[in-house]
Amino acid sequence: MDIFLQQLINGLTLGSIYALVALGYTMVYGILGLINFAHGEVVMIGALSSLTFGRWLENSGLPGPLVLLAALLLAALVCMTLGFTIERVAYRPLRNASRLAPLITAIGVSLVLQQLAMLVWGRSYHSVPAWLPAGRHEFLGASFTDVQGVIVAVAALSMAGLMLLVNRTRMGRAMRATAENPAIAGLMGVDTDRMVSLVFVIGSALAALAGVLVSANYGIAHYHMGFILGLKAFTAAVLGGIGNLAGAMVGGVLLGIIEALGAGYIGDLTGGVFGSHYQDVFAFFVLIIVLVFRPSGLLGEKVAERT
Amino acid sequence: MLAVTNLEVRYGGIVAVKGVSFAVEPGEMACLIGANGAGKTTTLKALARLLPARGEIRYRGARIDTLPGHALVSRGLALVPEGRGVFSRLTVAENLAMGAYHRPRHEGGEVGADLDRIHELLPRLKERRHQLAGTLSGGEQQMLALGRALMGRPRLLLLDEPSMGLAPLMVQKVFEVIRTIAAQGVTILLVEQNARLALEVCQRGYVMESGRITLADTASALAADARVRAAYLGS
Repeated sequence: MDIFLQQLINGLTLGSIYALVALGYTMVYGILGLINFAHGEVVMIGALSSLTFGRWLENSGLPGPLVLLAALLLAALVCMTLGFTIERVAYRPLRNASRLAPLITAIGVSLVLQQLAMLVWGRSYHSVPAWLPAGRHEFLGASFTDVQGVIVAVAALSMAGLMLLVNRTRMGRAMRATAENPAIAGLMGVDTDRMVSLVFVIGSALAALAGVLVSANYGIAHYHMGFILGLKAFTAAVLGGIGNLAGAMVGGVLLGIIEALGAGYIGDLTGGVFGSHYQDVFAFFVLIIVLVFRPSGLLGEKVAERT
Repeated sequence: MLAVTNLEVRYGGIVAVKGVSFAVEPGEMACLIGANGAGKTTTLKALARLLPARGEIRYRGARIDTLPGHALVSRGLALVPEGRGVFSRLTVAENLAMGAYHRPRHEGGEVGADLDRIHELLPRLKERRHQLAGTLSGGEQQMLALGRALMGRPRLLLLDEPSMGLAPLMVQKVFEVIRTIAAQGVTILLVEQNARLALEVCQRGYVMESGRITLADTASALAADARVRAAYLGS
């Protein structure tokens, strides 16, 4: 088996999910200059609520992929409502506060959501039924599963959709204008509060999608799965250049690949001292490198401190 | 067209505009002149509801000081802000489209016709329509800001320091365009540090000094006033 190609495929899968989550971070940062640290928990709520919906729908006799699709749509609705509410309740009242206040609030919201999820879904790990086909395809000495194929394809399609929305529609233009200068966008008649809500709703829908895909990939979901995933996606957003949509996608995929390759080779390279369970370290190693050598990220413009 | 009564604007504890009252009649060009820090820009920002203010602002007879800022442009009141305020990461064409953002979709045909007229008035914008607005020169950005405001079909245009930072030749060009806009029936309230130029193009003028309007008259009378000549025209 070709380890390099295999880890590339695994990394691409993981990276597609990071990219979806990173988009949520970067969109909110772009329009508010705020790191929404509760975003990872939205992913977790997406994963767990889709699991609950999927279990309800399972008995309806629908084929597995349709169960998953319906569960995804319902979970997306839950997350969109959640994202909208988080912004209204936790961030909007602090719009004119110092930058530190919403940051601390974000961490607070994150903790609240984790605790809520623990109350609803318990502390145990839930196994996620295999609603997608479990086929495996050989590919140049490596292999990929149907689930992996679906993850990459769905993530790519939804990101293409987002790019069309942001770059080619009237609404997207208004979003970009608001991100650059909310006061002037308001002069053009843009209801900037609505644009902010919209960004949270879109980001949360992508988070729900990511939650469904990541739980399908690993076959498990639990109430604290959003924390580390959120941190890695944030790292991906910083790697690509926070505030930049294309950067979030590139950063996500790149981070996934770095992690997978790192995990694949670290054992051999260190003579077995470190094993693949050090996978999580790579993301934060990358974060430190980026912050030291290129704080504006790969595709980011120069960092200008907002006043 | 515009009647302002006792407008007061505060920044924290500092009162920047101390109860000013003035009016702009339909179809005329009026200007607010005065030194740096007199409160001209603050007044204009308060009119566009970018700053909270006390007092009464009536536009075409109705009070607008209770409306949210984004509701003004569809009523025909547009501000071209100090420093142009173009969206530098959007293309020239996208900036112009933002000017028509508030217009309903069924006006699509008319918006297209307006774009053609603006391209005719400001041909540089047509040449550069695919360029990011941030790559334009200062004068071109001012033209874009004017064109963008026109895309919204304003009845009252508030212009904040359109000559700022521009070379003299470009200032002439910008003011030619402003005159053309006024000739099409758009009412204009101009804030300008270049008092000579402002009084030359406007019919009515107000002089602001440390937050108060100290003189109000026709532009030609102000231009002849000894105090104005001494303080603002350097003669």
